[in-house]
Amino acid sequence: MNNDKIEQILNEHQGQAGALIKVLMEIQEENKWLPREVLVQVSEKLEVPLSRVLRIATIYKTFSLTPKGRYQVNICTGTACQVRGSQQVLEEVQKLTGIKPGETDPDMKFSLETVNCQGCCSLGPLVEIDGKTHGKTAPAEIADALKKYE
Amino acid sequence: MPRINSTAELEELRKGILAQKDPNKPCISVCAGIACLGSGNAQVISAFEEEIKKQSLDAKVDLIATGCHGFCEKGPIVVIYPEEICYLEVTPEDVPEIVSQTVVGKQVIDRLIYTDPNTGTKAAHQSEIPFYKNQSRLLIGNSQKINPKSIDDYLAMGGYSALSKALFEMSPEGVLDEIKKANLRGRGGGGFPAGSKWETTRNAQPGVEKYVIVNAHEGEPGAFMDRALFTGNPHLILEGLIIGAYAIGSHQGFIYTRHDTPVLRKNLDLALTQAKEYGLLGDNILGSGFSFNVEVHLDVGIFVSGESSALMRSIEGMPPEPRPKYIRTSVTGIWDRPSNLNNVETWANVPQIINQGYEWYSSIGTERSKGTKLISLSGNIVNSGVVEVPMGTSLREIVFDFGGGIPNGKKLKAIHFGGPMGGTIPESLIDTPLDFDELSKLGASLGAGDMLVLDEDTCMVEMDRLFLDFLAGESCGKCVPCREGMRQMLKILTNMTQGEGKEGDIELLEEISGVVGEAALCSLGRSIHKPLISMLKYFRDEFEAHIKEKRCPANVCKELN
Repeated sequence: MNNDKIEQILNEHQGQAGALIKVLMEIQEENKWLPREVLVQVSEKLEVPLSRVLRIATIYKTFSLTPKGRYQVNICTGTACQVRGSQQVLEEVQKLTGIKPGETDPDMKFSLETVNCQGCCSLGPLVEIDGKTHGKTAPAEIADALKKYE
Repeated sequence: MPRINSTAELEELRKGILAQKDPNKPCISVCAGIACLGSGNAQVISAFEEEIKKQSLDAKVDLIATGCHGFCEKGPIVVIYPEEICYLEVTPEDVPEIVSQTVVGKQVIDRLIYTDPNTGTKAAHQSEIPFYKNQSRLLIGNSQKINPKSIDDYLAMGGYSALSKALFEMSPEGVLDEIKKANLRGRGGGGFPAGSKWETTRNAQPGVEKYVIVNAHEGEPGAFMDRALFTGNPHLILEGLIIGAYAIGSHQGFIYTRHDTPVLRKNLDLALTQAKEYGLLGDNILGSGFSFNVEVHLDVGIFVSGESSALMRSIEGMPPEPRPKYIRTSVTGIWDRPSNLNNVETWANVPQIINQGYEWYSSIGTERSKGTKLISLSGNIVNSGVVEVPMGTSLREIVFDFGGGIPNGKKLKAIHFGGPMGGTIPESLIDTPLDFDELSKLGASLGAGDMLVLDEDTCMVEMDRLFLDFLAGESCGKCVPCREGMRQMLKILTNMTQGEGKEGDIELLEEISGVVGEAALCSLGRSIHKPLISMLKYFRDEFEAHIKEKRCPANVCKELN
């Protein structure tokens, strides 16, 4: 966790209760997830009750309250990707990694999520691994793609 | 950057920018839309940069990474101006050849141009490719000619001339009147007349601060036209927003967009900074005395926050829970102040209406649906991508002429509009024109313009189950009809797809739909049954087959076959 960076984000928005979502977003982008002690800091710095910080952090789906693996695997389950077979790709990834959407493997290597339409339906089924897009993925190809990550 | 303080200075600046541009200078336009980036075109762009350097052409050739060209299926796309030669599925290995042969040598490379899959006819120029030929790309056409990171490129295309016309030649009432007469209808899904909405906000709560909002959430699966337009030409939407703010009397705007589209966020932030530096945003815009500021907010991955009242809660920093629909956000929105929300495409239409007048605008389209409409084509279709056509274009043309028909020799079964809250129409109604009211009558409202094409291998029961499965995870849970109604509907449909459907299930689904449609709080809850109702209208026999014969006619439901 990069404490300096988080502190910098918090200092920029000291006392700005209205910036809560933005601050959590920036911290998550920096740290990949939101540890409890950071949420307490956010509550103190922004002068927002911790209960409200937790409410926001739990209702908005992108916020994660659990640690994330080194590589984020996102599988698009938008309708167009589903029509083109994303379910089979998802099943294959679950089999290969041993985790379900929302989970991280014990080695902290992969975190798996299903995501809403990413807006590149011509590439469906779409898989994103560590920010890299894999388009028109067949279940067989995904094994090769995942092997490249250590 | 110099601050512009008057119309004369704006025109002076524009003249200066145009004087530096040589229309005959070769320009390589590489699509950097989301789909093209996904298919590896960042490497294509760097290959071009390298090659231009290697051949010492820096001064002689322009290279721009643009917004979406629309033909996503064939990306990465590269267009060479001024000849407008269009190359498809370009790889970094093709780049040296393109530079030597086409940019310098003016020769067309045969293997990279479009080949008609049916006739084998080749087309070297973009305007000859069937996908582009009959489109009216009034909104998105410029995206491939400008660098979205450059306000000067937008100014060179006549950008911000509508803003200066509105501020100096028209009164706020005059602008409002123009939009009303143009009969611009909201592009986000409702099709509500934008002018009337603006007027409501303008007249609501006199003396209280008012807000204008761009809804760029675009959460519907299969909808990607707004992202394409906003990423590729952010100033167009910004200009429309400022004009709207002037008409409504608002000095604070909000842009609500997705957190997961980094290139959009980057281009948008840059556009706001540049507009501010030029004095097109902020205090005393163009020296007119009118001031207006904009803030950007992000959706953080939740679908319901695209609903107008939930979106406004989210801007306030609260959980995105919708409010009952009888409270109109145009009267009591953000912090209970009048707030006018329109989607990206609606705002994008404003500058051209102001520049060319309502008479010109209303000459395009049908009697009650004016202008052009962006459509995102996805699903079982040869050409997935973004298409812009005049309202009134038949669905057949969109699917077969622009979309290239159904892949793998399959037959068209249905077209679904508006994502999980939309409706489906069968193949037999394919000659219906693209029109808000015509489609509503059939039970499939146009939605935001996302068209999901379904082939004969689609099971309608499973399709609706997927929509509900998606929505069940997105309901905010505040009201019982939506939260519980949806859960029960999903359960019944899941049973059907697993061979456990019972007599009376269809009737029960219809009953729950009736309650949900009437009693849910917000427009999300009130629309969750719409796909089901339209599917029951046109494909009831398929639902019955699942129940009575334990058979899936499309051979999709594994447990049944």
